[in-house]
Amino acid sequence: MSAYDVVIGIETHVELRTASKMFCGCPVDFTAEPNTAVCPVCLGLPGALPVPNARAVEWTIALGSALGCDIAAESVFHRKNYFYADLPKNYQISQFDLPLCSDGKLDVEVDGVPTVVGITRVHMEEDTGKSTHMGAGGRITGSEGSLVDFNRSGVPLVEVVSEPDIKTPEQARAYATELREIVLSLGISDARLEEGSMRFDANISLRPPGQQELGVKVEVKNMNSLRSLQRALAYEIERQTKRLDADEPIEQATRHWEEESRRTAPGRSKEESSDYRYLREPDLIPVAVSRETIEAVGSGLPELPAARRSRYREMGLDFEAARLVSAGEGLGGLLEAAVAEGAGAASVANWLTGDVMAQIRSLGTPVEETPLTGARLAELVAMVDGGELSATAAKDVLAGVMAGEGEPRQIAEERDLMQITDSGFIEEAVDRVLAEHPDEVERLRGGDGRLTGFLVGMVMKATGGKADPRQVSEMIRSRAGA
Amino acid sequence: MPVDIDIAKVARLARIAITEEEAAEYGAQLGDILEHAARVQALPTDGVPPTAHPLPIANALRDDVIEPTLDREEVLAQAPERDGDFFKLPPFLEDS
Ligand SMILES: [Zn+2]
Repeated sequence: MSAYDVVIGIETHVELRTASKMFCGCPVDFTAEPNTAVCPVCLGLPGALPVPNARAVEWTIALGSALGCDIAAESVFHRKNYFYADLPKNYQISQFDLPLCSDGKLDVEVDGVPTVVGITRVHMEEDTGKSTHMGAGGRITGSEGSLVDFNRSGVPLVEVVSEPDIKTPEQARAYATELREIVLSLGISDARLEEGSMRFDANISLRPPGQQELGVKVEVKNMNSLRSLQRALAYEIERQTKRLDADEPIEQATRHWEEESRRTAPGRSKEESSDYRYLREPDLIPVAVSRETIEAVGSGLPELPAARRSRYREMGLDFEAARLVSAGEGLGGLLEAAVAEGAGAASVANWLTGDVMAQIRSLGTPVEETPLTGARLAELVAMVDGGELSATAAKDVLAGVMAGEGEPRQIAEERDLMQITDSGFIEEAVDRVLAEHPDEVERLRGGDGRLTGFLVGMVMKATGGKADPRQVSEMIRSRAGA
Repeated sequence: MPVDIDIAKVARLARIAITEEEAAEYGAQLGDILEHAARVQALPTDGVPPTAHPLPIANALRDDVIEPTLDREEVLAQAPERDGDFFKLPPFLEDS
C-alpha cells in the first residue's frame, strides 16, 4: 500500500445543558416521556416564532473564547433547508456566513508531539427530533415505519468546525478528547458521547504526497466513543488507500461507522452546501455582542484543562497522572484539597488514578457524591507512607471511607488493619516461624532466595496480615543470616 | 441576459413534482427574478455596509426559563399517524 497524505477536519456538535431549548421555553430533558417537552415552536407549527435563549448565546461565546476565537460584534441566523422526518420545519435554524465565533485554535499533543488545530468557526444551531426505525413487526401496529420523538427538537447545539489540520486518527482522537475536556470544564454540556450529547463527524480525504489539490472528501458519522472515532478514521485511511492504489474512484459521500463490524458503510451521497439553500432567518434579528460582554465572558472563564495539567505537572505529577487527574470528574479538587492538608502530590495522584478511580467506576457515582474528601485522602496517604497501613489494607480502608464508615484511622482500627510497627512483636513472630521451618531456613541460607517470600508469607499469616512485609523480609534475612 | 437554471434540481430539492410545461413556465419566471437580482447586484455599493436585517435592532433574546409545554394527547391528535407516544412516519433510513 502506498502512503498518502491524510487530511482530516472534524465537526463537533455539543448539546448545551441549558434549562430550556434554543428558541422556545420547552425544557431540555432527556428523561421526559416522549413528545411531552414540545410546543408550537419546536414542533414547527405554522405561525410559531423563535426567540433565542440568552444563556445559549453566552455559553457559545464562552466556548469560542476558550478556543481563542474572534467573537463577532454582530452575527445572524440562517435557515438550512432540507427534508427529513425528524426536522419538523423542513429547515434547521443555524448560522452560515456570520457565525458567532470564528478563527480560533486548539493545541493537542500525541506522544509528546504538539500540533495546533485551527478552529474555523463555533456557531449556534438547534438539534433535530429523535427517530427510531421500526422494522416490520414494529411495536404496536405491527407495521414498518419510523417513530419520532420531538423532545430533542430545538435543543441548543453548538457546532465547532475545525480546519483540516489533522493528519492522523490519533491526532483526531486527541483533538476530540481535548475539546470534550474544555466543554466539561466550562460546564456547558454533559458531553456524553454514548448518549449523543457530544457528536463528532469527521471529513477525511487522501492525496498523493506533494499534491496541492485536496482529494475527494468523505464524511464519516456515527462514532459514539473517542475510540470509535480513531478506529473509523484508521479504517477509512486503509479503505481509501486500497481504492486509490487500485485506481478506483472515491465517492463523495457520507459513510456510517458500524462499531460491531468495525467498518464504515455508505450512506446518502453528500449534499453540496448550495443544496441547503441557506437563507437569512427572517424571523430572527441579529445577535450583537458588546466588547464589554466579550471581555467579561473571557475573564470569567474557569481554568482550562491545559493550564490545569501544567499546574499539576509543576506540583510533581507525571504527564499521564496530570492528564488523568485533570480529566477525571472531581479528582482535581481532591488532589488540591489533599495537598492543602499536607499530603505529597505524587502519592495522592497515585491513589486517585489507581484505587479511587477504580472504586468510583465500580460504585458508579461521581466522586463528589462519595464521602471521600481531601482531608480523608491525606490521612490515608500519611498512614501508608508512615508504615501504619499496608497498601493492601489501605485499599480496604479506602473502600470503607467511600462507603461512609468514617475517618481512615477509625476504620483501620475498627477493622483491625493497623500495621504493627512494634519490632519486638514482629521479632517474636519471625523467630517462631524460623524455628518452625528449619528446612526452609537451611535452603534460604544455601542461597534459594525464593524462600524469603514463603517465610514472609508465614510471618504475615502469624501476625494476621498486620506486619509490614518489607520490615519482615529484612528481619528474616538478618535473623537467618542469609 | 438569459440565466441558466436547473429547474429539475430546484424542484427536487424542494420536493415538488412538476410537469415539463410547468418546468418551462417556472424556469422563465425564475429567470426573470434572477435577472432582476443581477441588475441590483450591478449597482455600485462600495462603502455601503451589508444589511443583515431591515430592522435597526438586535438582541431580542429570552432568559433561559422553562415555560409550559403542550399536552401530548393534543399534539399527537394532529399527527397523521401515531404509534403509542410517538409520531409514526413512513420508514426512512439512517436513524439519528
Ligand atoms: Zn418548544
